[in-house]
Amino acid sequence: MVDSYRPKDLKDALRIRGEYGSTPLAGGTDLMVRYQSWAGTLPLFTNSVMFVGHLHELKYIKKIENSLEVGGTATLSMVADHPDTPRVLRDAVLSIAAPALRNNATLTGNICNASPAGDSVCALYALDALIRLEKNGSSRELPVVEFITGPGRTLLGKDELVTAITIPLKNSSIDNFTKVGTRRANALSKLSFTGIADYKNGRIDSIALTFGAVGPTVVRSVELEKKLLGLSRAELKAGKESILSDYSTVIVPIDDQRSTAVYRKKVALNLLDKFINEVADYE
Amino acid sequence: MKEIKFVLNGKEVSVKADPLKRLLDVLREDKKMTGVKEGCGEGECGACAVLKDGVLVNSCMIPLGAAEGSEIITPEGIRDTEKGKCIIDAFGTAGAVQCGFCTPGMMMATDALLTQNKKPSVDEIREALSGNLCRCTGYDLIVKGVQIASERGKDLW
Repeated sequence: MVDSYRPKDLKDALRIRGEYGSTPLAGGTDLMVRYQSWAGTLPLFTNSVMFVGHLHELKYIKKIENSLEVGGTATLSMVADHPDTPRVLRDAVLSIAAPALRNNATLTGNICNASPAGDSVCALYALDALIRLEKNGSSRELPVVEFITGPGRTLLGKDELVTAITIPLKNSSIDNFTKVGTRRANALSKLSFTGIADYKNGRIDSIALTFGAVGPTVVRSVELEKKLLGLSRAELKAGKESILSDYSTVIVPIDDQRSTAVYRKKVALNLLDKFINEVADYE
Repeated sequence: MKEIKFVLNGKEVSVKADPLKRLLDVLREDKKMTGVKEGCGEGECGACAVLKDGVLVNSCMIPLGAAEGSEIITPEGIRDTEKGKCIIDAFGTAGAVQCGFCTPGMMMATDALLTQNKKPSVDEIREALSGNLCRCTGYDLIVKGVQIASERGKDLW
């Protein structure tokens, strides 16, 4: 049996986090499964728990200039329902579980769970999202790509809480999120893909390509994306085979209970192939 | 152990329990609300669905401490209301109940859907029920049941 705390506001939560290093529990949809025990018995938490889901100060989503700011306890349903949510993120969020779970689970939780198969994470990597971490007296903001360091591992300090996720809003003309799972609802990803691209004067001006569940974290290669910047439609089409071969070196999945390395790699490259065609044929 | 208050089916209640005890267990054991079922215990089957502050959630994933001060509605809380009777009758007409284990969760999901959307399409019904598993696999009849509830209950939601 472990202690649990219910802070009255964010300030109180930061104090408790600093003092006891308690595990923050917002929706609980990952934590309650991870520490699940027999029916009728208490979950087997190993660290003290701090309930944060009720903190209304963090339960918001708002557009601020050219960014969408998602509060630390905003639920996945709130993200899916907001009119300014980028389409790839909405599609990713709606591919997670089912309504009852999305009503409770938070975007912060999906990031902090740091699973390479986290569907929102695949989209957030492509959207250049930032995460804000606060502790008593200071705060810092870093890219979600840097925040997640490995399966289940993040840079969240023992005294820090996630207070917001900021998503820059760039009207990209071509975007796609695809999840491959066993069934539509309630399935974890075998793999996922996000592609976002835009042209300026007939040449690729921005492109982001991310792959979920094919490595220890979601995969995004800024170096390979740089090679695509400035290409015309014809050049992109002509260079497709070499792009696919470049990406086959960074997509290094494993076999596990949900899929095999061979299947994951093949399908990830097929989705990339399809997206490149979509970009090359745009307009 | 802590004394935790919340509103259960319209009445303020107080439970003395560990705040990490699952709401599901509090409802079934402390409050004898056995309409809430445990299926998978990991948020995938919807048998334990309740309304928390008006939205559909899985009570197996909510520690009691996270429900403090909130309004919880279980199948017992809608069973005898006009809406509840409408859903029960509609499910009966459609033959939507086989073993019945998933039915309370299906009813909660139906009520949550019709509250948001009085005239849902078949696709919208399937999406709204996508977190509720029926091991008897009688899905088509359950979807039909929701359609009948939506038609008969158009003045209720």
